[in-house]
Amino acid sequence: MIVKEFRELVRDRRTLGLLIMMPLLLLVIFGYAANFYVSSLKTAVVGPQATQVAATLPSFFDVTVTQPSGTKADAETLLQDNKVDVAFVTGQTPVLALVNGSNLFAAQSAVAALNKAGDKVKTQVLYNPDLKTSWVMIPAIIGLILTFIGTIITSIGMVREREAGTLEQLAVMPIKPSRVILGKIAPYFLVASVDMVIVTVLGIVLFGVPFNGNPLAFALGAAIFLFVTLGLGVFISTISQTAGQAIQTAFFFLLPQILLSGMIFPLEAMAAGVRWIGYLLPLTYFTMISQGIMLRGAPISSLWLPFVVLTVMALVVFTGATLRFRRDLAPGSPASPTRKRPAAAETVSAA
Amino acid sequence: MTYSVRSATVRFGHVLALDDVTVEVPAGSVVAVVGGDGAGKSTLLRALVGEVALDSGTVEAPPKQRLGYLPASSGSWAALTVTQNIDFVAGIYGLAGDELTARRRELLDRASLTPAADRLAAQLSGGMRRKLGFVMAIVHRPELLILDEPSTGIDPVSRIDLWRLASEAAASGAAVLMSTTYLDEAERAAHLVVLDDGKILVQGSYDQVRAGFAGVVTQTAEPVRAEWAWRRGRVQREYWPSAGPPPGATTVAPDLEDIVIALSLARRNAVLS
Repeated sequence: MIVKEFRELVRDRRTLGLLIMMPLLLLVIFGYAANFYVSSLKTAVVGPQATQVAATLPSFFDVTVTQPSGTKADAETLLQDNKVDVAFVTGQTPVLALVNGSNLFAAQSAVAALNKAGDKVKTQVLYNPDLKTSWVMIPAIIGLILTFIGTIITSIGMVREREAGTLEQLAVMPIKPSRVILGKIAPYFLVASVDMVIVTVLGIVLFGVPFNGNPLAFALGAAIFLFVTLGLGVFISTISQTAGQAIQTAFFFLLPQILLSGMIFPLEAMAAGVRWIGYLLPLTYFTMISQGIMLRGAPISSLWLPFVVLTVMALVVFTGATLRFRRDLAPGSPASPTRKRPAAAETVSAA
Repeated sequence: MTYSVRSATVRFGHVLALDDVTVEVPAGSVVAVVGGDGAGKSTLLRALVGEVALDSGTVEAPPKQRLGYLPASSGSWAALTVTQNIDFVAGIYGLAGDELTARRRELLDRASLTPAADRLAAQLSGGMRRKLGFVMAIVHRPELLILDEPSTGIDPVSRIDLWRLASEAAASGAAVLMSTTYLDEAERAAHLVVLDDGKILVQGSYDQVRAGFAGVVTQTAEPVRAEWAWRRGRVQREYWPSAGPPPGATTVAPDLEDIVIALSLARRNAVLS
């Protein structure tokens, strides 16, 4: 029995990979990424004494912007665009420290450090004044739900067609592969969209999460992100023969997104060796968009980078996955080098 | 119109799934492909519908719009009702409205599925599910109908029903190519193709296959050469391809099962020798 089990296990490469890779992944993630402590804060100093104040700040405040001509409004713009975690506004007594509350752990560290300065600094937390975890998590959880539906549910739905043999049935019918793909993913797209609206509304109603930005920009970001996750779902379905395999494979894609997207552990607190993985994950960029729009009311212009990255990801992943799926659907299509199928009764030579 | 695969060769890696196979399927007739597991039956059928690319050879088939295919799997969507399955496939072929309603009613009646019209495909018996798959394959009146083991694993009554449906499709002018592991079923076909290890052992009508069979089959309790013998019921049969049987041996008139097994043994023993 033991020998039989080992033989089966060795032949089940996916499970074997999961068994070997998962402990390694968890070790690396928890060793290098699981860190809530932010060692430095991106800082701006504006106002007439900006240069002098910047020179007196401890190294914990990493001054990246110094604008003697800047105003409080400029400081707020820098925070809204997520370019800095803290902005000092000089030219008043005490100096005003504006803290970006949408970066929860950075904000908590900033508030703790600023409290040590006593009356010299007046601290004001923007976007999340009470530093509530739920306010930061819910915009990210919306992305997680879209990832779950887009990746796991879609891949299972597609693979079920293969398992039942009906994919083969569709392949010989006069229906274009693009219509099959569209027909397969449209329901998941709609369900995920409805789920997104429900979760967003519940987050606002139950947890008081603000929605300060443009809902259309949020919807656009979610739609682009959904295309990435649906593309991943389609891709997983092309490399899986059974629903079990699809779930296993989807798990490989899902776990890093939960742990390395900045949703739980702040990206800036991760070791550089694993942080780069976070920047390859679509959920990282959706979280930037959802937190930016919902909490900070950021316009698209200040979120152009995550929008562009997600769009490129959507194009690459969705196109690649659908091309793979088309190949499964039409092995004898005109694109195939080995077989052609003209429109009328024909004689086809493969030689 | 006659559809065909000619000199078809298909390789899956190092496995030769079809080796220089030529099969013709004339309109209005049923051609049965028989053979054991791994003989190449499904590969031949899938080559004809375009699901398998040939390494060499030619395929003559109608366009998808005039092709009907029942795969070896269930061929229906489990979470849809019988009616919804038929309507979905009919919609792909452009059937709608009164024409679809009339066609669906006719096919459900012919397949004895009318009482199950509103049942989910998942709730159907194996035989009913295969009949539903068959109905879906012929809903658009295809010119070439390809059925991959339509009767495997189903009860004898459903097998008779399926055979009747296939015969009716041929009678209405379709070219029908079906694979089967049931030799009694294959005997009824106008043309038989016997495949073994991707090669055609013999083909023709049942009478032609029997008439062309060379050698003698004997019935015995103790075969002289085990490698040329097989069990039929309580006795064994033995094939004598060229040399005559020993004196006193009981010869039998071989049926299709005997012929297929004898030819398969002849090929395998020739390969081994």
